[in-house]
Amino acid sequence: MTKSALTRPPLPADLHRLEAEAIYIFREVAAEFHKPVLLYSIGKDSSVLLHLARKAFFPSPLPFPLLHIDTTWKFREMIAFRDATAKQLGLDLIVHTNREGLAQGINPFTHGSSFYTHVMKTEALKQALTEHGFDAAFGGARRDEEKSRAKERVFSFRSANHVWDPKNQRPELWHIYNCRIAKGESIRVFPLSNWTELDVWRYIEHEDIPVVPLYFAAPRPVVSRGGGLIVVDDDRMRLEPDERPTARKVRFRTLGCYPLTAAVESDAMTLADIVAEMQAAQTSERAGRLIDHDQSDSMEKKKREGYF
Amino acid sequence: MKAISEPAIAAAAAVGPFAASRDQLCVLTCGSVDDGKSTLIGRLLLDASLVFDDHVAALSRDSKTHGTVAGDVDPALLVDGLEAEREQGITIDVAYRYFGTPRRRFIVADTPGHKDYTRNMVTGASTSDLAILLVDAEKGLLEQTRRHAFICSLLGIRQFVLAVNKMDLVGFDERRFAEIAESFAQFASRFPACDVAAIPVSALHGDNVVRASARMPWYQGLPLLHYLETVAIDTRPNAMSLRLPVQYVNRPDATFRGYAGTVVSGVLHKGTEIVIPRTGVRTKITRIATMDGELESASAADAVTVVLADAVDVSRGDIISSTDKPPQRADAFATHLVWMSESPLLPGRNYLLKAGAQTVSAMVTELKYRVDIETFDHLAAKELQLNEIAFVNIATAEPISFDPYDESRETGGFILIDRHSNATVAAGLIRFGLRRAANTYFQSFEVTKEARARLNAQKPALLWFTGLSGAGKSTIADNLERKLHALGKHTFVLDGDNVRHGLNRDLGFTEGDRVENIRRVAEVAKLFVDAGLITLVAFISPFRAEREMARDLVAPGEFIEVFVDTPLAACEQRDPKGLYKKARRGELRNFTGLDSPYEPPLNPELTLDALKESPGDLADRIIDFMQKRGMLS
Repeated sequence: MTKSALTRPPLPADLHRLEAEAIYIFREVAAEFHKPVLLYSIGKDSSVLLHLARKAFFPSPLPFPLLHIDTTWKFREMIAFRDATAKQLGLDLIVHTNREGLAQGINPFTHGSSFYTHVMKTEALKQALTEHGFDAAFGGARRDEEKSRAKERVFSFRSANHVWDPKNQRPELWHIYNCRIAKGESIRVFPLSNWTELDVWRYIEHEDIPVVPLYFAAPRPVVSRGGGLIVVDDDRMRLEPDERPTARKVRFRTLGCYPLTAAVESDAMTLADIVAEMQAAQTSERAGRLIDHDQSDSMEKKKREGYF
Repeated sequence: MKAISEPAIAAAAAVGPFAASRDQLCVLTCGSVDDGKSTLIGRLLLDASLVFDDHVAALSRDSKTHGTVAGDVDPALLVDGLEAEREQGITIDVAYRYFGTPRRRFIVADTPGHKDYTRNMVTGASTSDLAILLVDAEKGLLEQTRRHAFICSLLGIRQFVLAVNKMDLVGFDERRFAEIAESFAQFASRFPACDVAAIPVSALHGDNVVRASARMPWYQGLPLLHYLETVAIDTRPNAMSLRLPVQYVNRPDATFRGYAGTVVSGVLHKGTEIVIPRTGVRTKITRIATMDGELESASAADAVTVVLADAVDVSRGDIISSTDKPPQRADAFATHLVWMSESPLLPGRNYLLKAGAQTVSAMVTELKYRVDIETFDHLAAKELQLNEIAFVNIATAEPISFDPYDESRETGGFILIDRHSNATVAAGLIRFGLRRAANTYFQSFEVTKEARARLNAQKPALLWFTGLSGAGKSTIADNLERKLHALGKHTFVLDGDNVRHGLNRDLGFTEGDRVENIRRVAEVAKLFVDAGLITLVAFISPFRAEREMARDLVAPGEFIEVFVDTPLAACEQRDPKGLYKKARRGELRNFTGLDSPYEPPLNPELTLDALKESPGDLADRIIDFMQKRGMLS
């Protein structure tokens, strides 16, 4: 392939193939659905998703809005990054928070991670999807993240109640995706299904895609909890009597609500450092997600209930 | 997870937009239930140190609760990711695993062996290059082993690893291994040419998975992983010409009109002359636009947006093609079908066919034969059940562009979608277009339907009466026709019983025959509507799909579905022809409402209650409705 106006070196063949596959998926959805939306969670996968969507429809703007489910417990740097990205790229960004949950003061400390996640993420997402009548929702989930995700189709059918039935998925042949649904039903679409965590970082490096600074190592105030390092992002953090935040050089492999997302000690300050760190990694990315560990199949349970 | 490294960057081989470039192998594991597919993949990942520490820890925990291996880790639990799978110890759906070694990247689709989940196995096979077929050394080749091998071959896989597993249970016996390898070789000799490598393994203990087994010194070949790392990747030279299926028309403003899609095969440059097979129009490519700047050229696997020299008619579903060898076009095909639905395939029923970005109405016109997977015999069949494979003729409502599946998976494969459940019910592989259909064209005549209707001084319509036997359909239709006749309208009634005495006297009452019954009467009704008549059809017509098909045959607004909603108990009590009594005595089978289903309309134009009003009053209601719609003016 000849690229004339490129300043960057061409993508390695495997990333090129993954990129083309994702672009194909974006276009298929835009052509067949009435009201798609891109679930934007501000993390690295969302950054890649957004970049690929822009490529798919260039020179047109994105033919669908972005939706962020704001639990109000995200890192401040994530929200700043989200708003700056939306402004810079002229994106149609919808931010939704579960108002009832907020009014009831549901938070990760008093209510436990499982209940909190259900109300502020899963229920909030279902509210927003129903309210806007979205019939297809892009997500950045990858099959290499977790066992139940390894089982999910690229086009994953959801009933009118947003329920996933893992035992009765539609067959998915070649790259022909069945986009037919009845009113009220929807499809969750995963353009990054075949990517690995390493692919994501290699792609971010090659394409020079902006990501939240929290992915890079820096001295941050942390407390150690349940074997994980929790960064104290604001004064809502409830410290135990004997806990004193100390500055340690940490970064995040995955980003979520700050009280539920563990950091890792790291010296990786550049994208190249991160890629190198990834190649030597001994633990999985979601080891830092405290909500995954309630029970072994808890991701499947959450997904069946409508979690992304 | 030390083994992952930056994969070698090799030139992309032109075998399709998502097919393997030289550095990646897509593999599926298949075979019968309990032959150890998930265990093999789990073992391979563990022994090659391709599993994260926290996943190994979770595996040890899970093995205690769900494990089927006493006192040891159960490698299958690494891939069986669903709760139900771990509880039942079986694989339900395909799981994808991604890993790399310094030599190669792999995508492994671990597919279920259980017969009920064959469609999930087909999903995995459709994107794979190589199949690892597992066989239990104790049990030998089973029906499911042969079924999976056959499906892999059907879907175009030409490389097999025959992994003879559980060798520990047969004392690592060389003769047993040779016996199984030989019986598979005989079976596979009836496939199109393929490579088979037989490897004796014990997935549970790791023999010949990653490391050569000390317990089978008689085996001189490579262990599985080493074989997968070095086997030549199936890159059958793709001599195909340019195919760029248009997915999406990109029009940000009046100055730019781009056609977005992923190149399936061939190469395109700025200035390349192309043809749109649907219209036969030729033009040139003037720009290849991407967010990274304009390209001089693009080839297979590139997702691009192209601009054409002339403002030609191009839309989603068209295939931008080379002029030297464009794809074929036809509206009738000979195809293989893998049936994937609990409801049987009924010839004559209308389905949606999706091939690439083309979606059209389609029906199976002839079920030529079903394939017996054990013997390869061709069996006569009237219907096709879940997981059965058949060779059929398919007709589409309009022509589509295609290549035979053997030449291109991406432009030769299609799916069938049920119009009501929206389920994906079949995978189809186009073998060839049917000449006869390719050479039958619609003859146009000068006198049109509108002209005929004008001469009749009326608007043609199709009033479709549906309801149970004895509901009152024919009586109401009779009343309606008399009133319309009195108003000076030209009419005709097609009545179920009457038509079954002539045109449809060869048909019985099975689901398949009922579908054909309605297909024929709908086609006849369409001709009468074309002739300018107000046509009344009074048929039980129990299935929504066929009534929808009839609706689609005529122009929008011409079809009026009249649901004569008389409850079963009332119909049975009336029993004007004594049929219910006969059916209850067991003398009539497949009787609608008793042992054959009736699907009431979801959105009929009219619902009539024959218990509350007389047939004459109900006929007036219909006339009233038609007047309000301006159909009688």
